Amino acid sequence: MSDSTPHGFHSTGADGPAIGQDEWVARHADVRFLPARFAVVERRLRVVSWWAWLTLFVGLFCLFPIVETSGYVRQVAFQTVLYMLLALGLNVVVGWGGLLDLGYVAFYGIGAYAYALLDSPHYGIHLPTIVSVPVIVLIGALAGLVLGLPSWRLTGDYLAIVTLFFLQLFQTVTTNWQNVTGGPFGILNIDAFGLPGGHKLKTEHGGVFAVSYLYVALAIFVVVFVALRLLNNSRTGRAWRSLREDPLAAEAMGMPVNWLKLLAFSCGAAVAALTGTLNAALFGNVFPLNFYFITLITIYTMVILGGSGNQAGVVLGALIISPLLELLRDADKSRVLFFVALFGGLAILGRRNRRIAMVAGATLVFGFVLHAIARAIDGGWVAGQPGAGGFATFVDHWVIAPQQPARWIAPVAYIGVIVAALLCSVLRGIVRDIALVPTIYLGAFVWENVMLSKPDPARYIVLGLILIVLMVLRPNGLLGERRVEIV
Amino acid sequence: MDQFIQLTVDGLTLGSVYALIALGYTLVYGVLKLLNFAHGDVFMVGTFVGFGVLQVLGGPANPKVPIWLVITLVTLAAMAVCAALGVAIERFAYRPLRDAPRIAPLISALGVSFFLANSMQLLFGATPRNYDLFQYHTGTLYLRGLHIGGVTVPLLRIITIVAAFILMVILWFLVNKTRTGKAMRATSFDREAAAMMGIDIDRVIVFTFILGSALAGAAGVMFSLRVPTNVSIGFIAGLKGFIAAVIGGIGSIPGAMAGGLILGFLESYIQGYVHGAHIPDGTQWSDLYVFSVLIALMLFRHQGLFGRPDIRKV
Repeated sequence: MSDSTPHGFHSTGADGPAIGQDEWVARHADVRFLPARFAVVERRLRVVSWWAWLTLFVGLFCLFPIVETSGYVRQVAFQTVLYMLLALGLNVVVGWGGLLDLGYVAFYGIGAYAYALLDSPHYGIHLPTIVSVPVIVLIGALAGLVLGLPSWRLTGDYLAIVTLFFLQLFQTVTTNWQNVTGGPFGILNIDAFGLPGGHKLKTEHGGVFAVSYLYVALAIFVVVFVALRLLNNSRTGRAWRSLREDPLAAEAMGMPVNWLKLLAFSCGAAVAALTGTLNAALFGNVFPLNFYFITLITIYTMVILGGSGNQAGVVLGALIISPLLELLRDADKSRVLFFVALFGGLAILGRRNRRIAMVAGATLVFGFVLHAIARAIDGGWVAGQPGAGGFATFVDHWVIAPQQPARWIAPVAYIGVIVAALLCSVLRGIVRDIALVPTIYLGAFVWENVMLSKPDPARYIVLGLILIVLMVLRPNGLLGERRVEIV
Repeated sequence: MDQFIQLTVDGLTLGSVYALIALGYTLVYGVLKLLNFAHGDVFMVGTFVGFGVLQVLGGPANPKVPIWLVITLVTLAAMAVCAALGVAIERFAYRPLRDAPRIAPLISALGVSFFLANSMQLLFGATPRNYDLFQYHTGTLYLRGLHIGGVTVPLLRIITIVAAFILMVILWFLVNKTRTGKAMRATSFDREAAAMMGIDIDRVIVFTFILGSALAGAAGVMFSLRVPTNVSIGFIAGLKGFIAAVIGGIGSIPGAMAGGLILGFLESYIQGYVHGAHIPDGTQWSDLYVFSVLIALMLFRHQGLFGRPDIRKV
């Protein structure tokens, strides 16, 4: 499903950007920069065309509710589709247009609030879905046009901040204009989607999430994906890329740069507004805080992780991040996830790198020894473990967990692990390998004792970390193209 | 008239806080051409460090050392921690991206901001922290002060304003009268040319982050001497500081000072005079006016009052 369109500039990889490099050379250099296996897989995948992958993906997704009957899991799947849609929309603005739009979530909110006002007892208006949804998409597109206007005069950071102010304005208005938006208490009892015959598409059957919404969302996803795909492969798509790579040159070549920017904003906003209606119709309520900074960062992480500019990539990003955020809500799953990711990662890296394998082994031993020492000195230091079961038993014997940790332990350990990790990234050679062992153990200690008990900040911390680490190590994400600023 | 004086003093206090935040934005933008989204959260960390040190020193009511020393120590501690934080952020989140496309450090900065805010929430919770300003040395600093007409201007406000002024003078001196300051100005003017002239760009940038973040720490303490602080304050404070920087012309140091004061007065007068701008439950419509003014300003004069229009060379 990767882009079949011409590739932009690539760099030589780890050494940073290259200026004016030949495209072919650059692409091969980039392939070399990737782990070899990954590049082979990617090339194999490219043989099959994108619509075949799309059909396969959506087909599997459709089968999912048959396998999984839990209403909660189905709802997570629905949310994932929503995030996939949002990521697709943001990808138009950021990935294709190269415009940093920090007001994107406001359009999501505008869609949801518009649906809430047009189809709820709040004003007693109950427009048929077939009318209200297109109207809302149009409203979203128009709002996108309006927000796109500043991009005529402003670029880069200035544009980013103006769009962020737009989000803040949206937030201020929805929180304070109580007569219309219900203020912080939101709008409740919003109608479900209506079918032409006058029936309502039920949101739940006997208290369990109704699968029909998952299918509706998937159908919309397919339509949006294909529409945007075709748009990107058209003249407009090529013009967007030229705009992204160098607005000045594009303008000099006679591209209607201003209109292209507006079109990008508007397409993104329309998709976001459409997703907003889905959100409002299923959950039946809207609150201002659903459409704020956290959601914005979540969508950005998805787009960046997957690879901005690559449709398949951003969908993949949403597929990873959305379930991840759900898993991190729960302490037990969160613990398993952390240790599987930690040792799984070390094992995969260690297969090709003996030093990492040794670090992993040393960390394991280090943990058991430290745990034994702590237990010998004072049993209370290791008594704070919850539960039992296969995985918890291992953790129980490995990580120190004080029963009633002193108040200073959490901040000291947390700041300590950050400082240690940063130091490790500076050190080189054997010193780093030795420093890594206690650092990893301290990380596990912090995860177990500080972060598990407070899932909400903890999962957002993970998001922020993913964003920073990605930008530093691999700004093109999993599937994206590495881009170079042309000087 | 009394209300006017009251609002002016309030605007001046608020404005000096905004000016200090704005200076951090302006300094970093001038040197790196980077919008440091994380700056507001550095400020927030400063408010918390100040609170922590205040508790260690025995709290405002019965401090272990003289009250003037308490305020000095609290401010210095916040400045030091924030400076260290700023250096770390620059070293690990921005420096690897210095030559990447301009969108990259911006996204990294968003990540840092999100990370800092949530880390603070993880460690210290979402409850507001109050410096208990009425308690300062059992009220002396707050209840006494200058009498202008029928209004009492608390001593604490005067200290805040004077301290902000002193910091700005020190900054002006550092930037205009020292060698490092000269290097900073040169880097800001043209980074590549400065590097070719033998200026150590990395050092200049680190120095800039130290200055900017230390000012944010001081601003944090001054802010919390006014109202309680909490972990989510960084976002709005950062936006306001940025507005102040833009009003004055981003990259311009006197501009940031003027912009901060203008914004402070604007907010104070809007809250005082525009009907319904300040709703008792704490939600503020005044933000709406402030943000609208900013968007208009950005569109029609984004170089601000003191800034130069940027000329693109092709």
